Amino acid sequence: MTRRLPPTDAVIIGLGWTGSILAHELTGAGLNVVAIERGPWRDTATDFPTTYAQDELRYHVRHDLFLRPAQETMTVRNNGNQNALPMRSWGSFMPPNGVGGGGVHWNGQTWRFLPSDFQQRSHNIERYGKNFLPDDMTIQDWGITYDDIEPYYDRFEYLCGTSGIAGNLKGVLKDGGNLYEGPRSREYPTPGQKQPYGPTLFAKAAIELGYKPFPQPSGNLSQAYTNPLGVTLGPCTYCGFCEWFGCGNYSKASPQTTILPVLVRRPNFEARTQCEVLKINLDPSGKRATGVTYIDSNGGTWEQPAEIVLLCAFQLFNVQMLLWSGIGQPYNPSTNEGVIGRNYSYQVTSSVNAFFDEDKNFNPFISSGAIGTCVDDFNGDNFDHGKHGYIGGGYMGAVQTNGRPLQSTLTPKGTPAWGADWKKSVKQNYLHTYQTATHGGCCSYRDAYLDLDPTYNDAFGRKLLRITFDFHENELKMSQYMTDRLAEITQKMGPRHLEKNPRAGHYNSTIYQTTHTCGGAIMGDDPKTSAVNRYLQSWDVPNLFIPGASAFPQNAGYNPTNTVAALAFMSGDAIVNQYLKSPGPLVPA
Amino acid sequence: MRSATFALLLLLAAVPAHAGSDGQSYDQISRGRYLATLGDCAACHTVPGGPPYAGGRALETPFGTLLAPNLTPDRETGIGAWSDDEFIAAVREGQGRNGHLYPAMPYPYYTKMSRDDVLAIRDYLATLEPVTNKVVANQLPFPFSMRFTLSMWNGINFTSGRFQPVQGKSEEWNRGAYLVEGAGHCGACHTSKNFLGGDHTGSALEGGVLQGWFAPNITGDPHVGVGGWSADDIVAYLLTGHNRMSAATGPMAEVVTDQTSQMSPQDLQAIAVYLKDTGDQSNPAPTPIAASDPVMQKGQAVYIDQCTACHGAAGDGIPSLIPSLKGSSSIQSADTTSLRRIVMEGARSVATDPAPTGAAMPSFGWKLSREQIAAVLTYIRNSWGNSAAAVAP
Repeated sequence: MTRRLPPTDAVIIGLGWTGSILAHELTGAGLNVVAIERGPWRDTATDFPTTYAQDELRYHVRHDLFLRPAQETMTVRNNGNQNALPMRSWGSFMPPNGVGGGGVHWNGQTWRFLPSDFQQRSHNIERYGKNFLPDDMTIQDWGITYDDIEPYYDRFEYLCGTSGIAGNLKGVLKDGGNLYEGPRSREYPTPGQKQPYGPTLFAKAAIELGYKPFPQPSGNLSQAYTNPLGVTLGPCTYCGFCEWFGCGNYSKASPQTTILPVLVRRPNFEARTQCEVLKINLDPSGKRATGVTYIDSNGGTWEQPAEIVLLCAFQLFNVQMLLWSGIGQPYNPSTNEGVIGRNYSYQVTSSVNAFFDEDKNFNPFISSGAIGTCVDDFNGDNFDHGKHGYIGGGYMGAVQTNGRPLQSTLTPKGTPAWGADWKKSVKQNYLHTYQTATHGGCCSYRDAYLDLDPTYNDAFGRKLLRITFDFHENELKMSQYMTDRLAEITQKMGPRHLEKNPRAGHYNSTIYQTTHTCGGAIMGDDPKTSAVNRYLQSWDVPNLFIPGASAFPQNAGYNPTNTVAALAFMSGDAIVNQYLKSPGPLVPA
Repeated sequence: MRSATFALLLLLAAVPAHAGSDGQSYDQISRGRYLATLGDCAACHTVPGGPPYAGGRALETPFGTLLAPNLTPDRETGIGAWSDDEFIAAVREGQGRNGHLYPAMPYPYYTKMSRDDVLAIRDYLATLEPVTNKVVANQLPFPFSMRFTLSMWNGINFTSGRFQPVQGKSEEWNRGAYLVEGAGHCGACHTSKNFLGGDHTGSALEGGVLQGWFAPNITGDPHVGVGGWSADDIVAYLLTGHNRMSAATGPMAEVVTDQTSQMSPQDLQAIAVYLKDTGDQSNPAPTPIAASDPVMQKGQAVYIDQCTACHGAAGDGIPSLIPSLKGSSSIQSADTTSLRRIVMEGARSVATDPAPTGAAMPSFGWKLSREQIAAVLTYIRNSWGNSAAAVAP
């Protein structure tokens, strides 16, 4: 039996970055907000204290902070002719869980997208002509410009205390920063992180080749910082346990270290943890959300009525919740119609492994999730693609994320994978090996999409989400070209031996790449080809807002968190300053 | 008829009997509410999350448990039927309607309060919603359960009398003294107790142990007191729970939340001025234990591995986030109860509106041996200019 609770002003599904940001904006406007999170409450000193946060077996090998596949998983296939099979252990991406969401266990790489990224379709057609794009490529413009989103990038960076060096301050280019970035209204809140030996060598090599290196913008702070909410973060200690780990000493920006301390003090905010939302409820017209139904850890089922519903789960689960709730027209790849599940995209990464003589000692354990030197010369449309036959790109660099003992032990190809010779090779190479990497964008295609699996159900009897995805020629060409350029820079660092690992072949969901899954409920200015408008408001259900990477029409060559968070701030601003005054569609359909 | 007369008499008894001020005026009630904050009455008389001043909160004393009574105007279970003089006798003399109060009620400090101030509190309490909540205060075991023993206690430990301003000291100093010694009852925790639980009056505010914590020396002693803090440091600590080197935790976190963060800046400044003028302000620091001492060496190894990530190699912490160990009077206190406890169990700093972070230290009790904890505390107490006795395992 479902019991009905007293109504609230807004209900939030999922208390990660976007849920925390929107809860803060809406409670700040005086609304009563209930956040429903299926994972546990998470607190720095209690749940990932310095005394054991650096447990690689627990967190990296055994996935302690992530969702349990038995609670929810998805099926995967490369194309529509295959039978999709369920993921029973996480592989290429790591679905977050618990309060703070992916913000607890991200690396802290805090990038802005390029101005042209938001007009990727029209920009590339204008520069290279319509025939340059493959027929099945379904990239779209976002319906916003860089100038629209800039104030919200700024808000998130100042919330986090992001460490970096501006390359374009109000249109004035500045050496030492990223000269390709869009104009930013002010400097980063804290200076760039100090660079270790490897990134320093990379910077020297890049400059010799005529590129413009700069320190990666980092959510692991170069110095202590108190944000505009009054919450203080500490300086990063370069321990190198960031991605897949919680930060024990308050130095990585996360909802816990930036927003939640203020949010929990507000009497009009409430979080219900270990409560799984089953679906968003609609009124008989199907055009208005009336709240959500959720199940608690006792197995009790509750209806929480609300005036506004904010779907703030991880990208894949946002799409899944819409399909379960019957909101929006599901995407049909054969007709190219429908919007829910449309334009699923990912991220295309590659690497170069360089093995040096013992005179070059990289001390890889001096690291942080976003400490590195990057070049942006091959990102987006920062160079002429005309002769290369592909669009898009990515950043590349020497990012020293970790030197962890179990899984960061590079050995040259041909080394046995275990035994005495493997140990000897690890010992010989650990200090003298450097991996550089590319982080490429991913276009969207007609045959890459999300829908509900016809065969497999979850623990509550709901259909699993099905991912149909493969890499396309555009991205494989991009990865090859970028990896070659990266190898040239890396070669200049002076290794004895170098191995290139461009992305090649089919997408393999069992090998970790990134957790940057995107799309499926994308933003745009046409309800026929997008699920949400520029304010992340559902075209179909105007009192439903859907922030997250699910709104990306395609992915750019950067880590998504800054853009995800900036869009959430932009949406919150629109809700508070426009929607509350006149509830209804903020953009005419 | 007879019962009507009786009811009328009761009503008369409940009418505030003090002349000269309107017990229902805005000024009087808001002054009373502020004074109740100064007295931190809610700390004992309100169950966290429960109705204000309805009593029932358990107070753990060395002699057993007491439950704080209901102060709401409920006539049966609260103080609605009490006369003003009865209220004043309870607050200032420890004389309740049913006999002596136990000195967990800080009447030995409240005795310094003026009649006007106590009655203002009464007038404020009279505005609360009456809550029916019968509290049996006395949960003590024999023989402490015998209230008559308290007259003997009072004979030894209690001196009745109002606050007398000290001539030659500023008005601000005297206001601070009134707050610290009277309503604020700082000595209830920060003054050590004799075997009967009475104050060691000769060492007022020099620190005391209660509930498994050491409430540190808050006199102007430069080494183990607040002599090294500026008046602004003291005000910031009391107002926000944090200052440039320290953070409130344990029972003081609750005091900051309920009491000091609600005080006016002027009163906090007065407290700072007074505290800095108390105690032995020229107390010399002892000679530190040499860094070459084997225990110091062992402690340093533990410190580098376990503590530097937050407290820093120089022990100076991070302002507003991680307390400084360097120069900390708590760290150098003779009593190490709190230090051991914090290392063993961890501690959460108080979160306030101006300083909402509320960072916490994790527990090390599962990870470090008693010897390691003693060694690292000895190291911390004798590094970066600190000096204090070694900590025994």
